Amino acid sequence: MQALQSLADNYNYFITIFLMVSGLYIVIARGNMIKKLIGLAMFQSSVYLLYLSPGKIVGGTAPVLDPAFTVYSNPLPHVLMLTAIVVGVATLALGLALTVRIYEAYGTVNEDQIFARDNKK
Amino acid sequence: MILLTLLAAVTIAIIQQRELFGVVVLSGVYSFLMASVMIVLDAVDVAMTEASVGAGISTVLLLATLHLTKARESRRLQRPYIPLAVALITGAALVWGTQGMPKFGAANTPMHTHVAPRYLKDSLPVMGVPNVVTTVLANYRGFDTFGEVTVVLTAGLGVMILLRGRRKSKKKKPKGKDKNKAKGAKSKTSPAQTTTASRAEGA
Amino acid sequence: MKLDVILRVTTKFMLPFIVLFALYVHFHGDYGPGGGFQAGVISAAAFILYALVFGIEATQRVVPQRLLEVLMPLGVLIYAAAGLPAMVLGKTFLDYSVLAHDVKHAHEWGIFIVESGVLITVASTMLAIFYAFVERGR
Repeated sequence: MQALQSLADNYNYFITIFLMVSGLYIVIARGNMIKKLIGLAMFQSSVYLLYLSPGKIVGGTAPVLDPAFTVYSNPLPHVLMLTAIVVGVATLALGLALTVRIYEAYGTVNEDQIFARDNKK
Repeated sequence: MILLTLLAAVTIAIIQQRELFGVVVLSGVYSFLMASVMIVLDAVDVAMTEASVGAGISTVLLLATLHLTKARESRRLQRPYIPLAVALITGAALVWGTQGMPKFGAANTPMHTHVAPRYLKDSLPVMGVPNVVTTVLANYRGFDTFGEVTVVLTAGLGVMILLRGRRKSKKKKPKGKDKNKAKGAKSKTSPAQTTTASRAEGA
Repeated sequence: MKLDVILRVTTKFMLPFIVLFALYVHFHGDYGPGGGFQAGVISAAAFILYALVFGIEATQRVVPQRLLEVLMPLGVLIYAAAGLPAMVLGKTFLDYSVLAHDVKHAHEWGIFIVESGVLITVASTMLAIFYAFVERGR
């Protein structure tokens, strides 16, 4: 019962950790660069969750001020993550552009084949 | 909670899926789920951004990249034991770290008692703007946002530098500046456009 | 693309509403969820939809590449320009209180100018990135 309670209390954090670890696993284990970038994006979005979860207050509402409400969730993580998402997509685009250039140079986006070709030279 | 579980399920599907087109579609699903979770966490601004950016723009960009490269992930030779171990150890350390995290939804944690109350209190009387996120974004943390906009600009410039130079020695004709391609390349682009469009539709 | 009559008509029908929604998100960002970032991405998405359905040439006739190249830095400059008057008058950078007589209005104006800069830069950058990818695919 105790364990179940603690699981429910920390469920957000556990899912965050799961997403983070999966992103990390994809980045390390998969050779395909597009897949790696998607893994990186997943890692990034787990960080969004990590910031937003503690900002929530039970019974609070979105931080748009109105006389009808008194309890608001913390606006600060929202601001940070808002900018992080837009910057994230910009960097994703940059990574994809690099991938396209690598494909044009090597004819593949798989790490193993690129390394093999480098060693052959 | 259900949304979070769905998120985890989609993550597993992304790891399993080897067809990259499927991965892109799943990452769109992932973004929408993430946006829903954000709404539950009261972050409406962030949810809006995530829905439009994650499911809109980045899906389009990923599809464009797939169109330009090969869409199939090849199987790796060795088994992924080492990455799995690294990921599991990191995960274990992080789970251990949650012991020190505040309880979900608690209102008396340091992050709620130090800076945020001032933002919430001052936003309407001093700034005259009810949306606290906008106030903090553009005013209290204006310098931050200035930096972020510069980062976006720089990334855009980087992409343009990387992709707009002329391609060397391929069968397609080298691209000139803006004028001649508006007339000349009309027939050439439509198949490319069609595939991208129909793929996006399929998504 | 000859087969997609439904797609074309629906897109034409939807586009003004998407752009209108982007502008609503931008100008209503002070009072509800929204702001420059979201509005920029939504309006870029509108043009990307147009490009997906009608082809890149049609889109580049509406928004030429040169215009984007001007708009991208222009947004950042607008943002910086919002901070400069305070600096000239001896306050700190990005202190909006000098923009109008009433402090409250000054802050509203400052936020509005800054968000407009964000909107312009984000929208044009996203569209420029999309153009770059599409042009590469030719």
